Amino acid sequence: MLLRHTPKEVIERNALTINPAKTCQPIGAMYAALGIHRCFPHSHGSQGCCAYHRSTLTRHYKEPIMAGTSSFTEGASVFGGQANLVQALDNIYTIYKPDIVAVHTTCLSETIGDDIPQIVSKAQESGKIPEGKYIVYASTPSYVGSHITGFANMVSGIIQGFANQSERVIENRINIIPGWVEPSDMAEIRRMMSLMRAKYIMVPDTSDVLDAPLTGRHEFYPKGGTTIKELQSLGESSMTLALGHFTSVPGAETLRRLADVPYEFQDIPIGISATDRFLMAASHATGAEISESLETERGQLVDMISDMQQYLYGKSVAIYGDPDQLIGLTEFLLDLDMHPKYIISGSAGKVFTKRINALMEKYGKEAIVKNGPQADMFYLHQLIKNEKVDLLIGNTYGKYMARDEDIPFLRYGFPILDRVGHSYFPSVGYKGAMYMLKNILDLFLDRKDRDAPEESFELVM
Amino acid sequence: MQGILKERVKQVFKNGTDHFDMSCDTPSTSGSVSQRACVFCGSRVVLYPIADAVHLVHGPIGCASYTWDIRGALSSGPELHRYSFSTDLKEKEVIFGGEKKLEESIVYLAKRFKPKAVFVYSTCIIGIIGDDVERVCKQATENIGIQIIPVHSEGFKGTKKDGYKAACSAIFRLIGTGKGTKPKKPSINILGEFNLAGESWIIKNYYKQMGVHIQSVMTGDSRIEAISNAHLADLNVVQCSGSMLSLAKMMEEKYNIPYTHVSYFGIEDTAAALYEVAKHFGNPEIIKNTKELVTKEISQLTAILNEYKIKLQGKKAAVYVGGAFKAFSLVKALARIGMEVVIAGSQTGNKDDYNQLPNMCRPGTIIVDDSNPLELSRFVQERDADLFVGGVKERPLAMKLGLGFCDHNHERKIPLAGFEGMKNFAQEIYISVMSPVWKFHEFRQKKQIGGQND
Ligand code: SF4
Ligand code: SF4
Repeated sequence: MLLRHTPKEVIERNALTINPAKTCQPIGAMYAALGIHRCFPHSHGSQGCCAYHRSTLTRHYKEPIMAGTSSFTEGASVFGGQANLVQALDNIYTIYKPDIVAVHTTCLSETIGDDIPQIVSKAQESGKIPEGKYIVYASTPSYVGSHITGFANMVSGIIQGFANQSERVIENRINIIPGWVEPSDMAEIRRMMSLMRAKYIMVPDTSDVLDAPLTGRHEFYPKGGTTIKELQSLGESSMTLALGHFTSVPGAETLRRLADVPYEFQDIPIGISATDRFLMAASHATGAEISESLETERGQLVDMISDMQQYLYGKSVAIYGDPDQLIGLTEFLLDLDMHPKYIISGSAGKVFTKRINALMEKYGKEAIVKNGPQADMFYLHQLIKNEKVDLLIGNTYGKYMARDEDIPFLRYGFPILDRVGHSYFPSVGYKGAMYMLKNILDLFLDRKDRDAPEESFELVM
Repeated sequence: MQGILKERVKQVFKNGTDHFDMSCDTPSTSGSVSQRACVFCGSRVVLYPIADAVHLVHGPIGCASYTWDIRGALSSGPELHRYSFSTDLKEKEVIFGGEKKLEESIVYLAKRFKPKAVFVYSTCIIGIIGDDVERVCKQATENIGIQIIPVHSEGFKGTKKDGYKAACSAIFRLIGTGKGTKPKKPSINILGEFNLAGESWIIKNYYKQMGVHIQSVMTGDSRIEAISNAHLADLNVVQCSGSMLSLAKMMEEKYNIPYTHVSYFGIEDTAAALYEVAKHFGNPEIIKNTKELVTKEISQLTAILNEYKIKLQGKKAAVYVGGAFKAFSLVKALARIGMEVVIAGSQTGNKDDYNQLPNMCRPGTIIVDDSNPLELSRFVQERDADLFVGGVKERPLAMKLGLGFCDHNHERKIPLAGFEGMKNFAQEIYISVMSPVWKFHEFRQKKQIGGQND
């Protein structure tokens, strides 16, 4: 037993986090910035943070992750990091030649009180930002919120850097903020939109960035990502679809405030109900019709569920990870007649428990829901030790529990350090739901095949 | 050399053509995509394999999340080191101090996990908000009755190497607290060996066959008890230049234990290491055993390596690893299987290390300190390398460029140390360099310069 030191009995804690179901803000900011074309993320702090963020993203995407660091030393931590940042900008524009630099802070630069807007405007005044090049920034102290917050803050920062109030409104064109989802999911959203022939701008968009093919070249700036032209045009869209309370609404709100673009909240389209709502909202906002091919996909998904419902009914599930995803996932599991029983997120926020509880109530089921401080995987493991579940869904760190407790385990979320595929196979849309459903069924049925007594081993299932 | 940041010209050399005077041990240039990590990272990797201790990261959540069981240091017993413990500081503590939260955390941990000791790592922010971690730990040690040891690893206070030092100081506090008795056989401590993929077990086995007693391994598959009795050993055998030399020096000073500096990568270095230890004790029995062991191992290996050599002859390798000392061993080991090193570099080599490299490498070899992806990808393409030996951040870069790859860092999955390790190393390189996947790689032959697409 790998986690043999985890006792079954739950004793209240106030101080300690054990086996976290979250990480820190800057990595989210870095991920968001990578979804902008020719954008170079820069970490204003000491180099350790940046190295960790890059390593973790590298392990998850199996792609080289480029980002700079201000490389704080003791001097910088006493006198402030202004000189480091200004020198860094100079070097970055000279050597790496990005179109945009996206600066985020770390705990250290926040604590010593570096004023990024002021440093940036100084750099601009003194000509450190070359003609035609841009800089955006976000404040991302990790002692506030989690990686999710960092993502949302950087999306806001990017929008803030480009949003223009516009007289012109391009009718029927919308903005989509997809939330922190995989490149495969962003590609899937694009695919659905293009099947509908709907006009949209998506920000950020990491597809064709973090799922790059092997070509023998290292493209420092791969071809994907939201372009500057698109960013400058965000203010001309008729509305914004913000997918996810935590990851997308703050950016949409920023755009509304600065450029008067109204927004509508939708869940990340995970599973059938949320995808239905997303497509209807997109169709409504763009005037584009939901294509026949999408309807076919939906029908195929429903067909698949109905064929296999007996294997899904009543299965209990423990899920952990990021709030926007968990909300979508909870609804999907409920739609599948499964029972999400433990729902844990390290990221704080009341909306989360409210939404989950409403869903549980609607389906007449009960769950233990916990998020924020001490909502960690140590706690989840204790819950499971007290009452087992049939399935575990979450990031790679669940593998210890899955092994110790012998529970089928679906990897989902961030980070996934030990499997591939998440960059290419989506979990959003009907297609994504089918893929996820297939994986869940495979887990259950493989186990059935493994565990069934010889006399009841079945060929046809 | 052209096309590199001007601040970096003294950290990149072409062997034989440039005047060699490496300006290493310097902080990274701001804005460059450094492959380096921080002080905390250095401490964390050194102490992490101690499996019956709790490793509590005092700071905001990130530092703890990113170092959660990433190193693959194996334990034959307890698995406490695979947990991630963090005080998870919030804004409130950043303003009013985190000492209380730290105290509470330690009390809870001691009660629930009953560890043999607790290491408390300070991260950057602790250095700024000024928590008196030393005091909290001292008090907790008195109250709880186990060692609560502060690790002064604030990230910005130096480089990864300073983190090694901080870890060594933390271990040094433990040494001498044990109540063990002096072993009868000649005994050693193995320093700087972390049991990645079970490497400590291989090395220990050699020494056992030689008739040498192992008092402790620091820190692979290690226990607090063994470390606290490490002062009873006769000799410290230190592997890996950077990480634990300072501990050996401290132990020499305080306990009069001499140390010797070895490497277990490659046949020559492994054999030299074992002979050196045998020679130190001068015991004919041990010397005889060592000779037998080495002869047997090498005779088994030679044929295998020669076969790889024929297949790999003339292939070119780039080496970019943590310390320069490791780079030496790799240069030798690669030569043994017919490969030529065309780039040799490290994140944190020191001057002495670097001064040895030019003699070991052929003219034209690029020697580099604290490099970045843009440079590295240019160099490998310029020098037409077939293989990259590096760590996690270099892997996907190498792959994108169509190079074979060998992880010689935390993420190695098979042991690379000792004689067995050399066989594994050769095999891993062979598999990667000769993989049929490269035949689908149309650009493999006509490599282009990457990153210059504007
Ligand atoms: S905060 Fe400091 S200690 Fe933590 S990862 Fe960053 S540089 Fe290292
Ligand atoms: S928690 Fe703060 S200090 Fe630690 S890695 Fe994240 S940003 Fe760096």
